[in-house]
This record gives sequence, C-alpha cells and structure tokens, in this order.
Amino acid sequence: MGDYDFGKGLKKISEELISGEVTSEELVEVSLRRAKEFEKYGAFVTLLDDESDKKGLTASAEETSSTPPEAGKSVLTGIPYAMKDNVSTTGVLTTGSCNILRDYVPIFDATCYRKLSEAGAVMVGKTVLDELAMGGSGLTGYTGPVVNPWDETRQTGGSSAGSAVAVALGVVPYAIGTDTGDSIRNPAGNLGVVGYKPTYGMISRWGVFAFASSMDTVGVLARSVRDAAIVADTMRGRDELDMTSYDSGELVDGLDGDVKGKKLFVVKELAEELKEHSLDIYENYLETIEVARKAGMEVLEESVDRELLKCVCGVYFAISCAEATSNNSNLTGVIFGVREDGATPDEVMINTRTKGFSEFVKKRFVLGSYILQAENQEKLFKNAQRVRRLVVDRFNELFEKYDGWLAPNAMGIAPKIDEEVDRLSNSYLILSQYLAIANFGGFPSVTIPSGVVRNNPVGVNITAKAKDDAGALNIAVVMEKVIGFKALDEKLEEMSR
Amino acid sequence: MKNAIKDITKEFDIVIGLEVHCVLTTKSKNFSGARNEFTSEANANISEVCLGFPGTLPVVNKEAVRKALMAALAMNCKTPNEIVFDRKNYYYPDVPKNYQLTQATKPVGVDGYVMVVMKDGDKRIGIHDTHLEEDAAAMDHFKDYSLIDYNRAGGPLLETVTTPCIYSADEAVAFLETLRSIFLYCGIAEADPKKGQIRCDVNISLKPKGSEILGTRVEMKNINSFTNVRMAIESEAVRQADILRKGGELTQETRRFDDVKGKTFSMRSKADAVDYKYYLEPNLVPVKVSDEWISEIRDEIPMLQFERIEKYIEWGLSRGDAIVLAREKGVADYFEDIVSGGVTVSVAANWIVEVMLGYLAKLGLEIGDISVKSGMLVELISMVESGKVSRNQAKDVLEIAIEKSEDPVKLIDKMGMSQISDDEEIRNIVREVLKEQVASVEQYRGGDEKVLNFLVGQVMRKTGGKANPGMTRGIVVEEITKG
Repeated sequence: MGDYDFGKGLKKISEELISGEVTSEELVEVSLRRAKEFEKYGAFVTLLDDESDKKGLTASAEETSSTPPEAGKSVLTGIPYAMKDNVSTTGVLTTGSCNILRDYVPIFDATCYRKLSEAGAVMVGKTVLDELAMGGSGLTGYTGPVVNPWDETRQTGGSSAGSAVAVALGVVPYAIGTDTGDSIRNPAGNLGVVGYKPTYGMISRWGVFAFASSMDTVGVLARSVRDAAIVADTMRGRDELDMTSYDSGELVDGLDGDVKGKKLFVVKELAEELKEHSLDIYENYLETIEVARKAGMEVLEESVDRELLKCVCGVYFAISCAEATSNNSNLTGVIFGVREDGATPDEVMINTRTKGFSEFVKKRFVLGSYILQAENQEKLFKNAQRVRRLVVDRFNELFEKYDGWLAPNAMGIAPKIDEEVDRLSNSYLILSQYLAIANFGGFPSVTIPSGVVRNNPVGVNITAKAKDDAGALNIAVVMEKVIGFKALDEKLEEMSR
Repeated sequence: MKNAIKDITKEFDIVIGLEVHCVLTTKSKNFSGARNEFTSEANANISEVCLGFPGTLPVVNKEAVRKALMAALAMNCKTPNEIVFDRKNYYYPDVPKNYQLTQATKPVGVDGYVMVVMKDGDKRIGIHDTHLEEDAAAMDHFKDYSLIDYNRAGGPLLETVTTPCIYSADEAVAFLETLRSIFLYCGIAEADPKKGQIRCDVNISLKPKGSEILGTRVEMKNINSFTNVRMAIESEAVRQADILRKGGELTQETRRFDDVKGKTFSMRSKADAVDYKYYLEPNLVPVKVSDEWISEIRDEIPMLQFERIEKYIEWGLSRGDAIVLAREKGVADYFEDIVSGGVTVSVAANWIVEVMLGYLAKLGLEIGDISVKSGMLVELISMVESGKVSRNQAKDVLEIAIEKSEDPVKLIDKMGMSQISDDEEIRNIVREVLKEQVASVEQYRGGDEKVLNFLVGQVMRKTGGKANPGMTRGIVVEEITKG
C-alpha cells in the first residue's frame, strides 16, 4: 500500500474497495502514514489516529465514523478524507484554528459531516485554516503556518489551507473546505487541485463556524471535478436546521460533457488589469480561453464598470468584517473555550478575547465593529450592501446571456510568505478580491488547475448563475479534460520516489 | 405616599411609558428546538443553539410568530408583510451569542392601542410597537462569582412598548393587568410575574402641569411585579419632584428599583448608552405574512376583556360585577355558558361572583381545573329555583362537588338531600309531630306563637332537614287550626 494513488478518482477507489483489492483500513492507514510523513507541512490540527485517542481529546477514526457501512453503500464508503477544522464534529476537537477554541470538543455534528459519516466516508483528520477562516494566507492558524509543498517560501493561500495541502500531498483523495470570499478556490489554485464552492445554501451551514453568514459556503477540494461533484452530492440538500438551505438536483448526473454551443464571457477590465500586472498568468488565462473554444464553447468579452469592480474588495471587507464581528462574539470563554480569569463577567470576556485572538483577527473585528456603529452604518455597511447588490445585478444580467464566467483564479502565483496580502492597495485593486463576486451573489464557482507558471500551479475559474452548479461543473469537467493538468501527479510521484 | 403623589400632581404631570416583556407559551424556544417551559431546575431546557455554540443557526419558530401576530392584532396594531429579525449586539453573559435576535426594523405590530377600564371610565393606551425577540438567561451575582441559568435564554419574548400616554401608577397597573388579560384571553402566554414570565421597564418623567414639553426621562429596568411597578413609579415621581422643586436638573439615566428599600438607584447614565449596532440577521429567511394568515389569526382571537365588560354592563350588570366576571376568560366563558343555559343574567352573575369565585379562591383552584361544568351549575340553579333544594343546600353541595370533583346534582341524590316539597308527605309528618307534642299545640292555641318554630323544627328533625321549611310552616299552622 506504500504508494496508493488517491488521484485515480473516487469511483475507481470505490470499485477497488468493492472488489476487495484494497480495504478501507488500508486506505486509512495510507492517509495517516502520509499525514505523519508530511507533518512539517502543518496541514492538520488533529489526526484521528490511536495517539489522538490516547490524549482523550478525540475519538479514533473508527469510532467517529461508527461502523462504516459495507463498501459500495455510496461511492465514498470506506474512503478517507480530511475536514476543515471549522466544521463541528461530535467528540472531535474543533478549533477553528483559533487559540480560544484550542480545547473545544463539540457536542453536535455539522450536517455536512453527518451526511458524509452516514455515507460511510472516513474522516482521518481536521485541517488547519486561517484563524476562524479569516484570511487567505494559511499562516494565521494557532498551530503555525501551513507550508506550500510546491515552494516552501510561498504561502498556500487560504483559508482552507490544510485541506488544500492534504489533497495536494495525496494524503487524502478529497477534503472539505469552506469559502466566504475565495477560501476554497484560492488555495486550490495555488496548489494545483480542484476547488468547488457551491451555490449558497446548497450545502447546509449547520455546524460550520460562521465567518460571514450571508456569504459562507461549504465546498470541496479534490483531485478532479467529478470527485468534487460526488462529494458535494453527498453533502447537499435542504436542512431544517439551516433556513437558507435548499434542495438542488443531482450534480454528478449533469456531468455529461456536452458543452457544445455553451457561451462563456470574460471580463475585459479584469483581463486588462491582469495583463498589466502579470503577463505570464495572463498568457495562461488566454490559453484557457482557447481551451474553452476548442471544447466547442463560445467565449466573448464583456465589460463591467471599472468603478464597480474597484469596489468589490472594499465591499467584501466591509460586509465580511461586520458579520464576522457579530458572529464571533460568542467566543468569550464563558460557556466554552479557554477562559481567562477576571473579577467580573465583563473582565472575563475582555481578558479571554484579548489573549485568545491574534492581532490579525482583532483588526478585522475592530473594522467590523466600526462599520456597524450607528453613526457609520448607513455610509459603510448599508452602502456596501447596496454596492454588493449592484455587482450581483450586473453579473446576473450577464448570466442571462451566458452559461458561465471564465476568470483567472488569481492575479499571480502564490505570494511569498513575507508578502503582505491583507492590506488594501490601490494599485491592482480590481485584482485582489474578485472571486468574492461569487459569494456576493451566492453563485457556484469552480477552480481547476490550468498550468504551471514559475514552477507554481495556477488555476482558472468558472462561475455560473446561482443554482446552476451542474452547469458550472459540467463546463469545468470538459475544460479539465482538455487542459490535462498532470503536474501534481508528477510531483507526487517524484515525492514518493 | 398617597398624599405626596397628590401634591405632586397639583404641580406636575407625571408621564409614563411602559415596555412590557412577556414570555410566549410555545413548545420550543424562539429559534431552536429546546423546550420552552418554566422549570426550577437550572439549565435543564437548553440546547447548542441557546448556548450559542459555534456553527449553530437560528430557525424561526412559526408558532411564536403566530402568537406574536395574534397579540399584535389584539392590540389593534398594524402587522408587517414579512417577519424578519435583527441582531442587537452587546456583550453580556446572559446572551450567549452576545447578540440578541429582536425586531428593530419590522416589529410584528406597530401603531396600536389597548382600551383599559378604569374606575372613572375607559382609557385608551397607545401602543408604539410590539416585537418578538429572544429572552436572556437569568443571572445571580454573588460576592466573587455569578451563576447563570440558560433555561429562559432564547425563549420567545414579546416586548410591547406604549407611547408616553400613561399619567399615573393606577393607569400603569390597570394597563398591565389589561395587557396580561389580553395575553391570557388569547391563550398565548401564562404571564405569571412570579415565574418571571412578565416583566416591565418603566420610563417616567415629570413636566410642569399643562406643559407641552416632556421632561427628562428616567428608565427603570426589569421590574418584576405589578405592585413594584406602582411603588417604583411613586418613589421615582417623588424623587424627581424633589429635585425639580429645588430647581435642580434631572439626568437622563437608567435606574434600578430596589423593592426592599422602596427606592430607585442609578445604574448608568445616557452617556454610557450601548450602541447596539443593529443589523438584519442573515441566517433567517423572511417569513411571509399573507392576508389569509392574518385573517385566520384574527378569527382565533376571542372576545376580549374590555368588550366583555361593555357587554355585561349592557346586560344590566353593575360595572363592578362586570369587571369581576370578565377578569379571566375561563370565568367569563363559564358565566356566559350559564346565561345561555337559560339562567337569568343577574342570578348567573350572583352565583359566579358571590358563590363560585369564593370557593375557587378558598380551594386555590382555577375555573378550568374544576369538574363542575357550566351545564351542571345550570341544573343546580334550576333545582333551587323550582324549590327542589334550598339555596343554602345548593351552595353547600356546590362546594363539596368542586372539592370532590363530582356532579352536584348527582351528589344531591346520593346524599338524599333533595328537599321534600310534597304536601301530602309533609302533612303526614306534621300530623305525627302534633300528636306527640300535645302540650306545645295547646300553648300555640293559647296564643304563644313562638312555639311554632319549635314545632317546625321537630318536623325538620324527622325529615333530616329535607322538608321544605316554608311549606312545613304553613301546614303546621293549617293542621293546628283545623284540629
């Protein structure tokens, strides 16, 4: 089992389990062994092995998934996966990579986790994120930075950093992430894996630590678009515990690969900006446009008001910080979490939060709090919501004419570790947060690897109108095939040698 | 205090606005499946949602919304086209999420009014708004620790805000009692102050008599009984009047009423006011309020206390009796059932006010608890009216029937209590007695009429008290004169 290839696809792995070629125990053992072997990449908060069991903080993998249903019950049965550590898992430490929650063991299951467990999927570990899913560097979790396997001097991106790395290192065939601004797609693009953020509400948010409730989604990091669709199919559906959830149709069924006559648009202003900012990424982007055309799709250029595009980053920060401030005000150490002492209830809360959060998160809370203040709310929060609506209206207008939006996944390859990315800069403002447009409108958005630039993977993103996940995934499946990205497989092969 | 208040009202108008919090009766809490039920066991009715654990989400309790809408309609409020909630952000351990879900943008009811019956006529109290929110936990503070009971946390709480149109403690208390009766009539709340199910914030200011300009307002928070509301208003009015008379100025502040000391104490001034940073709760999908739903709810509202009092007065009852009868819906319904059973209004009112309510109070029972249904009382009253039993007997039987959960009419048979009103039967016994008591008969004939009572008494003894006393008396006289 030394070099079992999780990249062969979930369907193939499942067939091997059914035929008895491999057993679930063997696959779990491969995952755990690789996770330990790659410990220095810092992808996991918790590994569900015998050791964690001894610490008393977690149950072992077999216990948490109870008795796995017999192979073949679902495609995921018996196959290991990793879960982002902001998803509530009964009896298993769930920290949000935040110091305050470093001893928090939930008493209830997130719906997505419950559905995966019921399908017989085997969770082998909880992965590191940027503290409370805020941030896109992979550097801010309390367990330390997540390391980019392609270039250790570079960031992984985030916030689903550990999940992306776990998939990129072949530790697991897929991992669960969450995406509020680009938290699945950003690290996926940086690390050469598929990242799928579904339509808002398609997968229940029950049990998922809230960052910005109006934009939060649960999604998948995987080795292929089909794998991502299989996993999302298992988790999706209306949940009475999440009023914003809805029932979508089956996703995998829609992956028929027929995209002839489909129409995609590219945003002219974005392309222009990218060309000026990094030519090599721009060239890769142009290649993906050709790929789409080769696959029989029409790709046209559309214009979106520059002023509107410039607002996206600010609007994203205004809304997400405001919601995050309120969402995370439950972290006071009073009922759960690591409580600091104090003479009064107020002091307990102040001391806990002062000590428990990093400066990075505090900065966002202060910003969010300022934005929500009575005297600022109209100008900052309400206006941000209005601009969000304008952006969404414009893209909905485009989605009436087009089946999808083809966008570069990022303005560059993964940034260097010391490169500051959390500061608003006026140059290239348009390029810094445009993937959040999908979160503004709840649109489904899939990132697939599109090549290697300066020895680092880059990706291309397909975003479609809300609830057309099947359409977006189908376009992605076709493009993935034509692109034929092999760099990750080769890298893993090289690493195992 | 009475005189002090009287003096104040010569110089000042006391202006009061109330904010009344009432826990609604529902199976589960406002936004979670945790039980919504009063219990003395701390932290028994809690869930991950009402403790604000990470990843929990609220789900609107439609039953709570329905009941809140019913209250809004009963208070003649305008209702919104959809139900949405806002987050009210503030840090305190009694709200585990450190924000409370409430309705700031679209209350469940606005611009309503409630009619209140006062001794000297009816008073219309304006309702600024009534809104649904989640309750906070109960906290007890000790010297170096605090205890929190989250049973109440997240429960459906209806906050009703009046306009500043209340001018005395009497009016305030009468309004609170009326409001409570509306909730009870509608069956949407238990509203028991002892269980903390109805609590009140009082806003009070004084202005020179007749002035149009409102004075500086002081808020008194969380007063837990109607008696304390009265005391708080009166003591605060006295305090404010003292300051104003000395030419001093009042500060806009929040004060705490101490019911042991009977005084208010400053908690915080307006300068320390919290910015609640209200914003729309993104996790809840707006609940549509259709016209059909509203008319459905409206149809479920029974005739309320105020209208019943008016009706009873129209029926010819005194204002006092009408108020007593309409105080509780169960009693009013019972009374009306008896009237529709054929008992005249005044007789029915007399039986309820003078007899029934006394027994209930004595036995510590509610009208809904007893097995003597209105039909049984109708039958009992008709037995009295037809002379089958005496009124006193009927009253005694009713008490026993209530206590032992029996049908009073059956009880009369069982106890052999029904009155002997048969002339022949009584006459035979009278003759027997007269034969035995020859001396007394002679005494009567000699003009000693007092002895008649003795003779009637003898008949009663023989019949075990069942002989109709009036008839017996007549027959005794007849038989002696005949004989």
